[in-house]
Amino acid sequence: MNALLKNREIWLLAAILLLIGLISTRYGAFASPRNLANVFNDTSILMILALGQMVVILTRSIDLSMASNLAFTGMVVAMINAAYPAVPVPLLMLIAAGVGLALGVFNGALVWKLGIPSIVVTLGTLTIYRGATFVISGGAWVNADKMSPAFIGLQRMQMLGIPLLSWIALAVIASFFVLLTRTPLGRSFYAIGVNPTASVYAGIDVGRTKFVAFCISGLVAGICGYLWVSRYVIASVEIANGYELNIIAACVIGGISIAGGIGSVGGAVLGALFLGIISSALPLINISPFWQMAISGSAIILAVVLNARGERRQGRIILKKAEAI
Amino acid sequence: MLADPHPARIVRDPPREGEGKTPLLTLSGISKSFPGVRALHDVALSLYPGQVTALIGENGAGKSTLVKILTGIYQPDAGEINVAGAAVNLPTAHAAFERGITAIHQETVLFDELSVAENIFLGHAPKTRFGTIDWGTMRSQAREVLDAMGAAHIDPDTRLKDLGIANKHLVAVGRAMSIDARIVIMDEPTAALSAKEIEELFLLIEFLKGDGKAVLFISHKFDEIYRIADRYTVFRDGEMVGEGLLKDTSQGDIVKLMVGRSVDHIFPQREAHIGAPVLKISGLSHPTEFDDIGFELRKGEILGFYGLVGAGRSEVMQAIAGITRTSRGSITLEGEAIAPRSAADSIEKGIVYVPEERGKQGVVIGMPIFQNVSLPSLKRTSKSGLLRLAEEFALARKYTERLDLRAASLSQDVGTLSGGNQQKVVIAKWLATAPKVIILDEPTKGIDIGSKAAVHGFMAELVAQGLSVIMVSSELPEILGMSDRVVVMREGRIVAVHENKGLDAETLVRTAAGIVAQ
Repeated sequence: MNALLKNREIWLLAAILLLIGLISTRYGAFASPRNLANVFNDTSILMILALGQMVVILTRSIDLSMASNLAFTGMVVAMINAAYPAVPVPLLMLIAAGVGLALGVFNGALVWKLGIPSIVVTLGTLTIYRGATFVISGGAWVNADKMSPAFIGLQRMQMLGIPLLSWIALAVIASFFVLLTRTPLGRSFYAIGVNPTASVYAGIDVGRTKFVAFCISGLVAGICGYLWVSRYVIASVEIANGYELNIIAACVIGGISIAGGIGSVGGAVLGALFLGIISSALPLINISPFWQMAISGSAIILAVVLNARGERRQGRIILKKAEAI
Repeated sequence: MLADPHPARIVRDPPREGEGKTPLLTLSGISKSFPGVRALHDVALSLYPGQVTALIGENGAGKSTLVKILTGIYQPDAGEINVAGAAVNLPTAHAAFERGITAIHQETVLFDELSVAENIFLGHAPKTRFGTIDWGTMRSQAREVLDAMGAAHIDPDTRLKDLGIANKHLVAVGRAMSIDARIVIMDEPTAALSAKEIEELFLLIEFLKGDGKAVLFISHKFDEIYRIADRYTVFRDGEMVGEGLLKDTSQGDIVKLMVGRSVDHIFPQREAHIGAPVLKISGLSHPTEFDDIGFELRKGEILGFYGLVGAGRSEVMQAIAGITRTSRGSITLEGEAIAPRSAADSIEKGIVYVPEERGKQGVVIGMPIFQNVSLPSLKRTSKSGLLRLAEEFALARKYTERLDLRAASLSQDVGTLSGGNQQKVVIAKWLATAPKVIILDEPTKGIDIGSKAAVHGFMAELVAQGLSVIMVSSELPEILGMSDRVVVMREGRIVAVHENKGLDAETLVRTAAGIVAQ
């Protein structure tokens, strides 16, 4: 399985390099390290969100409420910042993480304790969290002029020439890598995704594990709430509206199986980068946003087709080896 | 019967010439193998119109494979199928359906969300001139079918999910009637029915007989077989070993046919060193599955659990392993009362359950071998919350080597292994948790003879090391060859505990089936 996954990531990486190559024939500066670092920075939030979503998808679930969670959390911290500019930004980040986690706990509890399918639960909370954003803000925006310089500036601070936002993304990628490959919990996500029944017999609590997955997706959505609002310097009811589809698209392009149990950190990151490159490069080479969407859409379908074929190929190998043994 | 312009409807042929003497369906020389397993070898079967033939055999005798061949789901490797004197091929389920062969399963395969009428006429609904479904005609025809069967209480507009299982069976039969099915297969139709519902089903079978249908009735219950069937055919290990008229044959003769087999491999000779009781179960009860279960398992003992399918053996084991909850009773492990609340609980206490369905409940296909082995032991192989891959590999290597697992690498996907080797991975996985009691549910079901011998040899080694083993098995040679004592369960209760000294297969089958000694 690992070898196959690595293959997939290599293919995706090759596609990304090809894409960069094609773009740089039209716009030479695109492939410069400086610009690629910018693209990475621009895609940071999507990468973090995709990793959170991936954990949920691994357990045969889906979290449609991440973008609404992000909007709500972003609004909460922006309003706190506007009302009490003295509250230090690290504390605001903690609050964002806590609020996001609480919303994730709510999703997870409904899935675990009431046994409602996650697509239904999070379709509901998608609307609820978005509505709650309207309720707390009264529909008003929090603009740049109401945000403190520290609130806006923190993630733009540079370390070793790289913005803090990128460092945060790198740290999150590293933590997810450790979580998924080096902890019993990470192993459980894969196990219950591949074979929930056998997992029960092996002593894994399937419901609780799914609950934890939703807590994780809620937590990262919360953190991204702060990052988003401070990056785009606006908090409104409308921010990241429909963005859950980009998050899921990044996962699917990254080879994470919607059927659960298959996926890797590298895949999710590359899937997000692929979308990030398309959205940042195409305007540069004068391709309309319509084509952007069409290209992303084609990439999703192509990814699904390739993954499905990959799994079929694996099936044939099984037969061959079974005969050989 | 009303005149009707539509072709899709009930057709009742007049009684056929020589009814009851010429078989309507004959199978001859049917063989079917799966990788590593020979399911059917050169079997024959005849079904006569207006008669009920009981198909009898232990689990694994090949009954289900035969049903699947008759209903077009499996293709035989060799042999001939004759329907009404003509050789036929049944390449698909639809082909079997068109030949008038229909099966009613234990869990009826109908559509819960559709109405009774839609279920009866699915695929051959009466149409209007415009090619759309003629609902009015469909309803009235469904009404006729149900009335003709004496099922006037079923409303054709009811959604199927609102009916009980007995009534679902009636709908399934109604469907068979609506296509003029001539051969009706009933695969353990009474398993989920109450006594009253069974009576209703028998009335229905009588009706089918009266209508000239050939009925194949599969059941484990002798009283039912003698009550309703005219003929019997006994399968053993994929071969047909006897057939005839039930009125000429005693239950004892049939039991002899079922069990009188050659031993297909030698069981390991071992000297039992049985110590003090390790696990003590008393009064264990479940609201629906079992009642008042009590037994003792001693150190170094293999305790066999025998019974028919549905006797509640697996359910008891799942309760002991913390997977299902009990309503009453106590479990004492090494003198300490335990109440396992989850599988993780039991594993920690030292009781592990190796489930019956290897593919669904045992291996995690898509994960490498070493991760399969370490899955229930992750607490031990990790340190301060982090997995240590080297430890996992060491654990997996230790136990897979002991079981003589043949695999190129422990990083290989477990799905690439043969069934026997997968079973070794499953057993290795549970041994790696260092249990005190290991419960094996049908440990050698569907694996080849070589792997069976390896599993049996290993069980002998385990008890020699002081482990205690509970072995749930429906294979008599395995029960007799491996157990120190045998617990027999029937209908959720323990009906006998035998020392395995001079115990014979017939006694076990009789107790399990509830046949009083003659």
